[in-house]
Amino acid sequence: MERAIKEEKRVFMTGNEVVAWGALAAEADIMYGYPITPQNEVMHYWTRLAPKHGRKFLQTEDELSAGFTTIGGVLAGRRAFTATAGPGNILLQEPVSMAEMMRLPMVMAIMQRGGPSTATVIYSQQEVNLTTSGGNGEALRIVYSTATHQELYDYTIKAFNAAWKYRFPTFILGDGYQAKMREPLVMYNPQDKGVEMAASEPFVGKEGKFGEGREPAHLRNAFSMEEELYEVVMEHIQDYNKITPQIVEYVSLGCEEADLVIVAHGIVSRAAVAAQEKLRREGYRVGFFRPITLRPFPVRALRKVCKSTSKFLVVESAFGQLARLVKEALFGLEAEMDEIFMPGLGITSEKIIGHVKKKSELKV
Amino acid sequence: MSASETTMPKSWRLETKPHKFCPGCGHGLVLKVLGQVVDELDIQERAVFGCDIGCSLLAWDFFNIDSVQTHHGRTTPVITGIVRANPSLIGIAYMGDGGGYAIGSQHLVNAANRNDKIFVLLVNNTNYGMTGGQMAPTTLPGQITETTPYGRDVDETGSPTLGPEMVAAISSETAYVARGTVSNMSKLKKFIKRAMENVVAGRGFSFVEVLATCPTNWRTNARDTWKFLDEDMKKYFKVGEFKTLPTEREE
Repeated sequence: MERAIKEEKRVFMTGNEVVAWGALAAEADIMYGYPITPQNEVMHYWTRLAPKHGRKFLQTEDELSAGFTTIGGVLAGRRAFTATAGPGNILLQEPVSMAEMMRLPMVMAIMQRGGPSTATVIYSQQEVNLTTSGGNGEALRIVYSTATHQELYDYTIKAFNAAWKYRFPTFILGDGYQAKMREPLVMYNPQDKGVEMAASEPFVGKEGKFGEGREPAHLRNAFSMEEELYEVVMEHIQDYNKITPQIVEYVSLGCEEADLVIVAHGIVSRAAVAAQEKLRREGYRVGFFRPITLRPFPVRALRKVCKSTSKFLVVESAFGQLARLVKEALFGLEAEMDEIFMPGLGITSEKIIGHVKKKSELKV
Repeated sequence: MSASETTMPKSWRLETKPHKFCPGCGHGLVLKVLGQVVDELDIQERAVFGCDIGCSLLAWDFFNIDSVQTHHGRTTPVITGIVRANPSLIGIAYMGDGGGYAIGSQHLVNAANRNDKIFVLLVNNTNYGMTGGQMAPTTLPGQITETTPYGRDVDETGSPTLGPEMVAAISSETAYVARGTVSNMSKLKKFIKRAMENVVAGRGFSFVEVLATCPTNWRTNARDTWKFLDEDMKKYFKVGEFKTLPTEREE
């Protein structure tokens, strides 16, 4: 495949454009999509770029179709992806459950909007529950929560590689702010950075004749017996647990010597880092922890943090969706939880700093 | 009767025969014709057979053809996605009336309208068989099902969906649309072959609905099963070609 990005370059663009370029650099062959704000421009840029690079696009009738046609693309052995948000993410969960069962490496970018229902087209972190655990199954999927445009680019490439390497559906979880704002980043060709591109291969329509090194594929997701299903699901769970240490990513700052650790993910983690740095400078012993993979969650790393401090402040633009993951990870340990939950609203570092200082004064 | 009519198609998977459908079910007949056509067009190795959920899911290992089970109603987009990504493959989407006309109707309508180069083969037996015989979009007026125990009331629940008529109305000039029946196998084979040829040639969307039997849920004996198929269903569902090359049309 022709390289979409010839040489490393610094650019200034919106997050949606970054995802389109990231997919191009990741050698994505085809996108299937349906309009929904705030992800539309992923399609807009892809449809402009794709023909110039021999890639394809199909606009579908809804997100069910976008998800299932993406599965079709994957079955044909192509690096296929879709992008959506909000109610579209709900519809997408049905095809994702098929991908989970059949280990199909579909890739999706989610630009979270306000919820529930139609809500706002602007921003939230309210699709954490859905993206990490939607579907009628065991939520065996990979979810990368990005915080910057550079990460949107890096993790879009990583998502395709993780999906094809490990064969689990993989999400890039952004949000409306990341989707729409402009920011500088460096675009590069992943091979030039030594990134090993996981090969894609067809599940159906392989080369060759039956009986001569090729057997007809029979792929199923329905089982007659409980035991048959149990065996398949347990095998997937074992695979997932085995690869978890290779997939899990997080950022931990100053947690070893902290009285309080701020936990945040995605774009909110930028405000949290800024708050942590300022509070540190002012003498507050504050740490910062950010899961990059929300699924699998960095359970071990967070439990380790809990050994040096037991106070956590979870900050998110949702009402406790990240906090639920945090509490689950810390289950059984002595931990005190505080929260800034602002569903559908942006959160500034000042807000976090004010909150921490106020709580500290109360203590005094 | 020639040898080809009495032997199993080459593309059938012998290890999975006898098949899993109920005695008297129409699916086996439809899949026999499909297998014969796949053999005659010599496309076994580049065909991809997608089956819906419902009774059609039982066909997942019916053929020695690359096959994939999908979700209820979602076979059309899966096959569309495959063929869009790799147009050299011949995509066959196999489903029932519920999958095609109810839960997956938006996919059927839009794939037809986009003129996706796939073959949608839909079995109409006027009910949801796998789930125990509920009303389907194709249930006849007055017909008793598990969800219309006093008979289908068209004022309450509408009239039987006329699928090929709808698809013919919204599809491109290069589409192929027909309705066959398992009571006329030679005609059914002609329709399925023309549909497949249309897709193999990359001309356009192809759609065949097949009137088929479901004695298990109709609760009919052999004679009444045949009567329901060949008399009652035919009153509503006209057998013939709805869209084809003008020189080929057959009523």
